[in-house]
Amino acid sequence: MIETENISKTYRLGETKVRALRKVSLHIDDGEMVAIIGPSGSGKSTLLAILGCLDVPSKGIYRIDGQEVMRMNEGQLAAIRRKKIGFVFQQFNLLPRTSALENVMLPLYYCGISQRLRRTRAMEALERVGLTDRARSHPSQLSGGEQQRVAIARALVNEPAILLADEPTGNLDTHKGAEIVSIFQRLNQEAGQTVVYVTHDPFIARHTRRIISIQDGRIVRDEPVEHPLVAGTPRPDDILHEVSIDPVEDPEEAEA
Amino acid sequence: MNLFENFRIALRAISANKLRSGLTILGIVIGVAAVVALMSVGQGATSGITASVEGMGTNLVTVSGGRSFQFPGAASTAILYSDYEAILATVGKQAEVTPYFSGMTSVRNGDRTANATVTGVLPNYTSINSYTLSSGRQLNEEDNLQKDRVVLLGSSTAEDLFAGLNPIGREIQINGKAFKVVGVLEAKGSSGLSFQDDLVLIPLQTAYEVVFGAQAKSHGKNVVNGIALSVMDADQVDLVMTNVEFTLRREHGLTLTEDLPFTVSSQNQMLESLTNISGTLTTLLGAIAGISLLVGGIGIMNITLVSVRDRTREIGLRKAVGAPKGVILLQFLTETLTLSILGGVIGVLLGWGIAWGVSKAGLITTNVSSQVVILSLGMSTVVGLIFGIYPAYQAASLRPIEALKYE
Repeated sequence: MIETENISKTYRLGETKVRALRKVSLHIDDGEMVAIIGPSGSGKSTLLAILGCLDVPSKGIYRIDGQEVMRMNEGQLAAIRRKKIGFVFQQFNLLPRTSALENVMLPLYYCGISQRLRRTRAMEALERVGLTDRARSHPSQLSGGEQQRVAIARALVNEPAILLADEPTGNLDTHKGAEIVSIFQRLNQEAGQTVVYVTHDPFIARHTRRIISIQDGRIVRDEPVEHPLVAGTPRPDDILHEVSIDPVEDPEEAEA
Repeated sequence: MNLFENFRIALRAISANKLRSGLTILGIVIGVAAVVALMSVGQGATSGITASVEGMGTNLVTVSGGRSFQFPGAASTAILYSDYEAILATVGKQAEVTPYFSGMTSVRNGDRTANATVTGVLPNYTSINSYTLSSGRQLNEEDNLQKDRVVLLGSSTAEDLFAGLNPIGREIQINGKAFKVVGVLEAKGSSGLSFQDDLVLIPLQTAYEVVFGAQAKSHGKNVVNGIALSVMDADQVDLVMTNVEFTLRREHGLTLTEDLPFTVSSQNQMLESLTNISGTLTTLLGAIAGISLLVGGIGIMNITLVSVRDRTREIGLRKAVGAPKGVILLQFLTETLTLSILGGVIGVLLGWGIAWGVSKAGLITTNVSSQVVILSLGMSTVVGLIFGIYPAYQAASLRPIEALKYE
């Protein structure tokens, strides 16, 4: 279970102060499947990085399974990332010159688990993404879709409470993208895995059961999806390729 | 996560960049090899010198002339045979005393010549200077009194003149006069200085009367080049030296404040100063070599910094999947330590090889001591540790989100 209360993130980019997130409050229950959608620069990736404990908010409260993240030191944050979170990146971020299996084993390396058990669990994770036959292949020998599936297996190997993905289909074509989304759907439906992914594509977002729209660092909409699409169905004509940008008036800026 | 696995990961990272790792190691290899080779040459030289000096005899005190006694004009500072007699009278109970006179003159056997000075000695010369007889007999009192033309040869000289033949009973020419070889001395040892076995010893009186004549006289008195004393009790060396000095002042009419134109020195003093000099040289050599090791260490730091930059995304990912800071730190430290220890081991082997080569080439007998090996391995490890900490700390301190964004 994830809870945020008025989290804000401000960082400096040279002279200017960038407000990536402004007082975002949200609540995601175990077993949910959620898409965070927004145009580029809306702060959706920043939000996901904070949810994944890769970054900390400047202000606000973030609780993961009731534990308050803001109060944690670096070591405790690392432990949360290790135990509760699986993170999938747009760029896959696999270690080169290392086999798919070893890539999947990597998070377990930091958990003090024996080599043999690591191997077994990594093979199980690869099985869940249907890649047991490519365990020995190196990333350079795998297609983009396969690489992302290895990355998902790596995110799953710790049996995390939450699976987070940042534009997981961003670097893939429609067909490969659908494969990835179908894996997320299967994990959510069959194993009750909490899945949260960020996308800029409304079509990809429609495969979840809840869409949170972010713009200019604020949640502008948070609504359930009546009929989630099944991965593999062609893109309906009425769904745009990119989320439309309709400027929202900023009360803080209006004040200033 | 354990050390062995950390080491395996380090090896993999090192072998992934063979050229870069090789060049890094090279700096350490050269540094360590230089330390090992130079220090062992220095230590070899030191122990060679020490052995030579110790070979001259223990508790040895020598009286040698000052600046100018070799020149007939300044003969007032020559050590006289009568000085020997006076010293013998003073300290004869505490020490064995022997005078000697040596000079350059031709020594030949047919057309073979020897590279040696001819020394006129008393029979106790050999025992005081710790020479032992190899064959034949020693010179004796009789030879001296009768000014016999007999000669005792050092092992090198015997080899030079007779090339392996037994010299006993044969004749050699000294200053054109025939001398009979009565004995050959045992070689004193092969360490460093070989001049100790280049010896042509004849009875002192024979030297005065038959060989050197006027060359060995000052104002009509027989002179000596030096007087050697072998003190029986090591504790009395200082006392004997004081007495010898006092006697010399009395004999030459010098007051206590005047400069003594002779040098009275003990073998220990000589050993001490020689050991000091060569020890300083060894340290100096080691320090110069240490500088190259330092440069090697900076090379390691440079490469590790580049490697951290190159692998920023990897570090970000490792942190994203939950690697604690300490583990990342340890991983990079293991990498630099592996590099520097590997370089250290190769360097020790190379330095050892160089030292062995120097010995084989007959330049100097080198001595690769375990201290030098431990010292240089320790130094390379410390260098790796010190120069590895900064880049490792940098890597470990990266925020995962920033490291992942790094292009």
